[in-house]
Amino acid sequence: MKTESPGVGTGPPPGRSGRDAGLRERLEQFSLRIPYRAKLALVWLVIFVIFAVIFGAAQFDTQWMRDNWVFVVKGIWVTIFISVISIFGAVVLATLGSLGRLSKNPIAYGVSGFYTSFFRGTPLIVQLFLIYLALPQVGTNLALQFRDPLRDWIQTVTLLSPVMAGIVGLSLNYGAYMTEIFRAGIQSVSHGQSEAAEALGMTYKQKMRRIVLPQALRVIIPPTGNEFIAMMKDTALLSFLGAAIFWSDPFRRATLLGRADFKNMEALLVAAACYWALTAIFTFFQKKLETRVGKGYVRGGGGAPAAKLSSDLGVPLGHGGTLMNVPGGGPGGGAGMIELPVENEETDR
Amino acid sequence: MIGHNGEVVVHVEDVHKSFGHLEVLRGINMQVHKGEVVVIFGRSGSGKSTLLRCINFLEDPTSGTIEVDGIRLVGGHRTKQQRDNIRQLRIRAGMVFQQFNLFPHMTTIENVMEGPVTVKDTPEHDARAMGLELLAKVGLADKADESPIRLSGGQQQRVAIARALAMEPKVMLFDEPTSALDPELIGEVLAVMKSLATDLHMTMMVVTHEMGFAREVANRMMFFHEGVILEEGPPDQLFNHTQNPETRTFLDAVL
Repeated sequence: MKTESPGVGTGPPPGRSGRDAGLRERLEQFSLRIPYRAKLALVWLVIFVIFAVIFGAAQFDTQWMRDNWVFVVKGIWVTIFISVISIFGAVVLATLGSLGRLSKNPIAYGVSGFYTSFFRGTPLIVQLFLIYLALPQVGTNLALQFRDPLRDWIQTVTLLSPVMAGIVGLSLNYGAYMTEIFRAGIQSVSHGQSEAAEALGMTYKQKMRRIVLPQALRVIIPPTGNEFIAMMKDTALLSFLGAAIFWSDPFRRATLLGRADFKNMEALLVAAACYWALTAIFTFFQKKLETRVGKGYVRGGGGAPAAKLSSDLGVPLGHGGTLMNVPGGGPGGGAGMIELPVENEETDR
Repeated sequence: MIGHNGEVVVHVEDVHKSFGHLEVLRGINMQVHKGEVVVIFGRSGSGKSTLLRCINFLEDPTSGTIEVDGIRLVGGHRTKQQRDNIRQLRIRAGMVFQQFNLFPHMTTIENVMEGPVTVKDTPEHDARAMGLELLAKVGLADKADESPIRLSGGQQQRVAIARALAMEPKVMLFDEPTSALDPELIGEVLAVMKSLATDLHMTMMVVTHEMGFAREVANRMMFFHEGVILEEGPPDQLFNHTQNPETRTFLDAVL
């Protein structure tokens, strides 16, 4: 009996003894009983242990870390502060930029095209240096051409602190990328919505504010959350502008301290952990937000487009998430509800 | 003609419309009088929907003049002044679309209130009262706080009619209002449209293939063919006494 594989279908590979096959079988049986998540946790644990062993062998100074981690971690507030302000700036720029990209006006279209092309086409670090180093030079020389209230003003606005330069740079850069997100979001609102608003006599502004943008937000919010998370990591580039210690992010604090004490590995690991923790936390919230706003209605609102959209996406009609559970529902019949596809490749586990 | 007192609400003069090289409207002239119901029919591509969309400038006429309730506009250019006039004209011409185009992020009552509140600055309280009245008129008083996506196609179209009526238009434009509906839902929409004509004496221009509705409600019918009005007259004339072979062929096909 033992030479015969008790398993279904595949027998033991040729050359292996029956005992091995039996062991393998028992291992497989055992493995099936462990939940997948537990296995996953084990893999992570093993990875951490391996690194711990390596660091231990490399005479990792945990005492130094205990003494100095607070100084590095305090930089998180700078990261959050700069990211939050910059994402607001980026949202404003992206709104304007996307309206420009969708405009028939040659000035609006041209300006927004130049803006997105330049800021998507050059590295963020170059832009930061342009704003921090090159702009004051331009400002100083330009100021000479003007008289005093204006001269003074030009010099002030072109001479930015590292943090200000960072906020301006991040806003401009992310605004350019998010212009495309916003444009796609606005375009996802069906043309019929626009026409219905116009037929009521709405102005362009009223149409955008009341009808188009509220619907576009559903598509815009999830990827904007992703941009925010990416931006938090990019704030580390501000280190190269050399802010004062109080205004320094974890990375700059870590490099300063690590170099001084020749504890680069320890210091940088603390800094990396800061960013990692931040992104993990905000990714968690972003997922929640995403599932909340991602539940939506059929755009266009008609029976026929609903059916079309449904078949396009391969989603059955009437699959409406929480909306379906509202009591006292009439015949949802022709309309149908589906969930909008969430435009984020990380949604699926 | 029956059902109107002579006052002209819509006046279309020599309207042309081209999309690139394709001339969809080739000189349309018509007048619609107050209280009149005009049914426009014809093959797809004959220009009937385009005319309706030109009347409230969802499409810019290439040339010609359109006048709705005293607001007179010349096609072919768009100045700031012209844009303001277009909005004034649109307020006077309610539009009902084939695909309903209700605002899915608002409730039914909010859909109906949206025009008056945003465009006419009607106080919210008054707009709500009027909206509820209109929803009652189209038989949907109990759906006021429902999301439109939870309504059937027929119900959605009735809400869309109420939304257009809320602007107190001088003329209602119906662009194939029942073409996107399941057959069993068409009747309820036509019934509402009929009551608009008979109870409110609403001036209406209806692009439709519902010949039963036309026979029963229309004062006048227009047969569109290749961008011109090939024949017009009261339903009885077109249905029973037409001499035009094109009209005859088309009606034989749809009846």
